[in-house]
Amino acid sequence: MGMGNGKPPIVEIAHLSKSYRRGSQTIPVLEDITFDIADGEFLALMGPSGSGKSTLLNLIAGIDKADEGTIRVGGVDITSLSERELAAWRAANVGFIFQFYNLMPVLTAFENVELPLLLTGLSRNERREHVELALQLVGLSDRVDHYPAQLSGGQQQRVAIARAVVSDPAILVADEPTGDLDRVSAGEILQLMDRLVREFDKTIIMVTHDPRAAEKARIIRHLEKGILTDSDGQPASPVAGS
Amino acid sequence: MAIPFSYSLRNLWTRRLTTVLTASGMALVVFVFAATLMLAEGLRKTLVETGSYDNVVVIRKSANSEVQSGVDRAQASIIESQPEVARGTDGRLLLAKELVVLINIPKRESNKPANVVIRGISPASLLLRPQVRLSEGRMPRPGSAEVIAGKSIARRFKGGGIGETLRFGMRDWTVVGIFDAGTTGFSSEIWGDVDQLMQAFRRPAYSSVSFKLQDVTAFDQFKKRVEGDPRLTVEAKRETRYYEDQSEAMAKFLRIMGITLTVIFSLGAVIGAMITMYAAVANRVVEIGTLRALGFQKMSILAAFVMESLLLGLLGGVAGLSGASFMQLITISTMNWQTFSELAFSFTLTLDILWKSLLFSVGMGFVGGVLPAFRAARMNIVEALRSS
Repeated sequence: MGMGNGKPPIVEIAHLSKSYRRGSQTIPVLEDITFDIADGEFLALMGPSGSGKSTLLNLIAGIDKADEGTIRVGGVDITSLSERELAAWRAANVGFIFQFYNLMPVLTAFENVELPLLLTGLSRNERREHVELALQLVGLSDRVDHYPAQLSGGQQQRVAIARAVVSDPAILVADEPTGDLDRVSAGEILQLMDRLVREFDKTIIMVTHDPRAAEKARIIRHLEKGILTDSDGQPASPVAGS
Repeated sequence: MAIPFSYSLRNLWTRRLTTVLTASGMALVVFVFAATLMLAEGLRKTLVETGSYDNVVVIRKSANSEVQSGVDRAQASIIESQPEVARGTDGRLLLAKELVVLINIPKRESNKPANVVIRGISPASLLLRPQVRLSEGRMPRPGSAEVIAGKSIARRFKGGGIGETLRFGMRDWTVVGIFDAGTTGFSSEIWGDVDQLMQAFRRPAYSSVSFKLQDVTAFDQFKKRVEGDPRLTVEAKRETRYYEDQSEAMAKFLRIMGITLTVIFSLGAVIGAMITMYAAVANRVVEIGTLRALGFQKMSILAAFVMESLLLGLLGGVAGLSGASFMQLITISTMNWQTFSELAFSFTLTLDILWKSLLFSVGMGFVGGVLPAFRAARMNIVEALRSS
């Protein structure tokens, strides 16, 4: 089934449910979510706090477990993977961009970007080439040996983006990527993400509160009380962008 | 698949104050551990080097040392006539009938009296012990009230220096020579003519008979014949064995005491390391969540934190050992409980003690780090990331 950009889906979510237990209470977070994300899409997930958008992102990224339903990414049903397999799958298929960058403070920009490549079979020289390319892409070739504390927030987030793309994963997940940045830096980060989609055909799934960030996305989906809706507030049809 | 080594190393460096304090705790324990082992080793080495393999010591049966032993003149003559006794180049027997007596003389520094071994020697005594050589003065003249003192005695006891006099056996004895016996127990003895000393102390019997074997392998047949002879009530031991037996009780005591103490101390150091590592894990929850999200397996997280703790232990071990190695410069003296005499010896660091100490320190690091590392590895990724 075609989608907004006419490409086949890379993420297929079917009847996904997730709830948390607090004491004896069960609090539903996501209820029977079904939708697809096309390859090369830039999707923004919006919604009030506690709406379950971060939980949905975590499930797609394979760091949380669903109660029911399936998530297929690039044809692989990740809900059936063991914890060990899931870790290996994440290393190969998911790039993470966090609100607070989550760089290792004791590692240099180069070493931070190199981390995901340590989980691949690449040689030392190949790793260096990839890391240099990624840092060049985010415009930080001159900050290779800097530690995170020596970089501005915007620069740190760009290092984090380099780390997310360096192993060429199938999807990039971003949780409030501009949430900790000033307007100018946030604008630069969004521009960079937009470039990744346009020039490098990356698929980005982004959770955000920031309407300016959502504007950059090609599709916006809203989550409210665990139910997915289209931009106009109507319950979403199973196929996005229709 | 491993988190880089530099990650563990640099985290230690980043919180260097905590690292240094924790490692110091472990260093102290390793210091005590290594020092007591070095002490036991020093004692063992001193006593064992005192003997030589081709010498035989004959003492009274069931006597543990020469001090308790008595071999009368008739028995000594029978031993003298055995065919295993070697002869020197001048054709004389390489056999010494000796007397060992303990006397009490005051130390130079504290003026406190301590027990010292006086050995009555025969002309062959020096030939039997090539490690002993006269470094100053001359040998005592037979029939005179003259003695020579080991260099440890000369330095540490009143009246032990050359030209000075010692009073014992109701006579004054002039020290006419100083002998150097290296690190052996002889350095803590005073030697004089055996006949003079037997008279002075009114002893009718020798303490021991020592001799050199003509053939090193003939010991067993000698021992069997002599110990089976109904006229003799003696026991024969190789000299090395004799001195090793003497060191054993003390060295064992030191080792057991040292290990017991350090095991108790190490509990404190391990708890210190554990607190440090739990704090390290608590401070890096987000980092752990991130690494897990990036695809690092639980085992990699576990390994990284265990590595950090092992490095901490190793740091403590190296610091403790380098402190302990300076102890080699110190010579101490203690009572040899087998002979009840003073014995001077040094802390001795051996390769064996070196690796045992390092292993011990790394072991402390491991025990301290393994629980915190498990906590890190088992963290829920989503919860860890949320704690930012």
